[in-house]
Amino acid sequence: METLEQIKARAEATVPGAQLSVVKNDSPCAQHSLLVDVEHAYVVAQFLRDDPQLRLDYCSNVTGVDFLDAELSEKVKVKKVVDGVEKEVEEVKKTKRAGYLEVVYHLYSMSLKHGPVILRQRTPGRADPVKVASLTPLWRSAEFQEREVFDLYGVLFDGHPDLRRILMWDGFKDYPMRKDYREPDDYEYEPTPHDEVLEKAKAHLPKQEVKA
Amino acid sequence: MLGTGILKGMVETAKNFAGSYHDPARLTTVEYPEQRIASKENARQFPMLIHDTEDPMKGLRCVACQICEKECPPQCIYIVKSKDKRADYKGQMQFYPATFDIDISVCMSCQICVEVCPFESIKMNTEFELSNTDRFGGLLIHKEQLAKSNEHYRKIHPTEAAASDAVLAAEVAKAQAKAKADAEAKAAKAAAEAKAKADAAAAAATPAAPKPSSPAAAPAAAPAA
Amino acid sequence: MTFHDLAYDAGKTDFQRKAEVIGVGREGELLEVAMGPQHPSTHGVFRMDVVLDGETVVKLKPVFGYLHRNHEKIAENTSYLGSMPYTDRLDYFCSLTNNWAYALSVEKLAGLQVPERAEYIRLITAELTRVLNHTCLAGFLLQDMGALGTPLMYAFREREKILDLIESLTGARMMCNYMRFGGCRCDLPAGWLDAAKKVVAEYPRFLDEFETLLSGNEILMARTQGVGKLSAELAINAGITGPMLRASGVDYDLRKVDNYGIYSRYPFRVPLGSHGDVYDRYMIRMLEMRESLKILEPALKDIPEGPVVDPKAKLRGFRPKAGEAYGRIETPKGELGFYLISDGSPNPYRYRVRPPSLINLTILEDMCLGQTVADAIVTLGSVDIVLGEVDR
Repeated sequence: METLEQIKARAEATVPGAQLSVVKNDSPCAQHSLLVDVEHAYVVAQFLRDDPQLRLDYCSNVTGVDFLDAELSEKVKVKKVVDGVEKEVEEVKKTKRAGYLEVVYHLYSMSLKHGPVILRQRTPGRADPVKVASLTPLWRSAEFQEREVFDLYGVLFDGHPDLRRILMWDGFKDYPMRKDYREPDDYEYEPTPHDEVLEKAKAHLPKQEVKA
Repeated sequence: MLGTGILKGMVETAKNFAGSYHDPARLTTVEYPEQRIASKENARQFPMLIHDTEDPMKGLRCVACQICEKECPPQCIYIVKSKDKRADYKGQMQFYPATFDIDISVCMSCQICVEVCPFESIKMNTEFELSNTDRFGGLLIHKEQLAKSNEHYRKIHPTEAAASDAVLAAEVAKAQAKAKADAEAKAAKAAAEAKAKADAAAAAATPAAPKPSSPAAAPAAAPAA
Repeated sequence: MTFHDLAYDAGKTDFQRKAEVIGVGREGELLEVAMGPQHPSTHGVFRMDVVLDGETVVKLKPVFGYLHRNHEKIAENTSYLGSMPYTDRLDYFCSLTNNWAYALSVEKLAGLQVPERAEYIRLITAELTRVLNHTCLAGFLLQDMGALGTPLMYAFREREKILDLIESLTGARMMCNYMRFGGCRCDLPAGWLDAAKKVVAEYPRFLDEFETLLSGNEILMARTQGVGKLSAELAINAGITGPMLRASGVDYDLRKVDNYGIYSRYPFRVPLGSHGDVYDRYMIRMLEMRESLKILEPALKDIPEGPVVDPKAKLRGFRPKAGEAYGRIETPKGELGFYLISDGSPNPYRYRVRPPSLINLTILEDMCLGQTVADAIVTLGSVDIVLGEVDR
């Protein structure tokens, strides 16, 4: 199979205006991924599926990832003039990164038996509305999995034919897989020997009237 | 001919029916609870705490290090460390668990507590008839019920217990060797100090004498370290 | 009718949806039935909202989530090792293959090596799991068709022999929690290999009997042939994996494609179907069992001595470097994948399970449309779902 850079170059040539970048993965398995902008995600995915050299006809895994607002600190070597002498000084550079939600697609080819090519879509922020393009019209296998991402992360998929909650019940309000989700104190109504849970739940019990 | 397949299948059923009277491979069920199948050697149900002495509470190997409490995936272990210390099997002063509870309505018998325990003190029991009329308190097992003797452990998991005993014996041997080496080192150091003192007193005219090392103590202390 | 015509619109009430589907003036003709969640044919707590025209299915929506416990969230709050016993509870029929898939993904993430003996043990336990799963599935499928008892009891009787092996190796019949990152938890007990060889040697005899009982049975053929057809194109597009995909004639077995473990050392064939109906799915599983036994026989002889776990792998305080990995294996149900993102802390930052049972349900409606409601149950039975994995 081609390298990710080659795929990126060909996709950029085929889909004008698409903003693609390679996301590096430092782990030993080195599964790097291709970040695509939301506007062109559908067309780029279509290219990946239909291109005769790639033919990624099988979308194995679709999932969401939540990245909170974070302060990234990296060590940067800066040249500074200290006491009239130029020196290389290590400084901690802090950058603020706005949080975002990511949807990751793992694509394989069943006909050519290669893969994976990992495609990522990123939302601009975490606040509503978080929208990405749905790839369900291209791969049916994404249907339930995108519904699950919607259910657990609250990502809206533009073009999904049947976007409903799938694992949580219909009346449920929050998105439980988000990193800042806190479950309600009285979630566990069943009394258990765990004092902590009982104590938390007690605060939500209806107040009993004290008889005089 | 239509129906041949069904007839062949019927023959098969008849074979199994007749076979269930004489062939143990075709009738594998037993009449529980009157009949029981022997427990497998590796079988595990819920954890127990091993003790070595007659009095279960005095001889618990557990030193309340709380590693199992931290590593337990469903968080079903609850430990309170004691305020005082007591001598363990090696003669070292250690804490012991003032409270050690396992909520077996939460425990999922995964054996991770056994794997992470560095003191060979928590092991898996094979007792499974633990039904109880008290849904909450009755399934919260305290250390009095958890304590089981090492003989019991040897009986239910012979291979594992032998390995565990070997580890403990090695630990004891190591501790004894260390104690011996420490005592030797101490004696050697004292002797060396006395000698140095005497040397210093005798040869006050030669102040640049090198500090005498203790050659006897060094090799003895090395294996213990 | 296509998939898009039948799709729900988000935000509409159930009453509005019902009115749309049934249509004004046709209320008396169409019948909406909720099959499940407490229905013996649904293999757990699973519901099918079916709209029937007479006995013909015109619409079918699977509803699940009754067993949802957010396994992924639990895993993100637990250490890497702590998630291992939870993976047993995904597909509770095949906990050993679940363990392997998770261990494989973590090994990819952390770059751990597996000793030779552990690879053999993994292969042996995984193939035993495949045999027991397929045996039981055949029993369940017949149960769904109304063959109450007999085939299922025969299947369970044989399954128990394999479960005995698994129990004497791992300590538990179903919740094994056996594999570790870089190997397996403990070595084989004394005499285990001989016991396993005996079971493997005797199994073909049971399979012959089972097939005499079932495969040629005219009722079974009438109930399954031509039912629940799935084309190869749709199967690929919908991400169907496992025996269901191969029954539609697509040659895609991860044991051959990915060559994980030591599968490349043992020749075995991948059975393929040609019709993609329920009967093909049943037959594929029967044939796969025989292929599994063909792998097991030499593997049990070849297994070398040695350590069973990589000494570099740490049990406590296991922290892989930041990065991500997607590992997948061929479980009896299909492709089980784990997607892990590490940020260098003791807990995974993101832990995702790709459940084959859930994704194989995607095209349940397409397979059932236009068939009778009794066939819908048989079709569901042939998908081979386990709700612990669907709902997670």
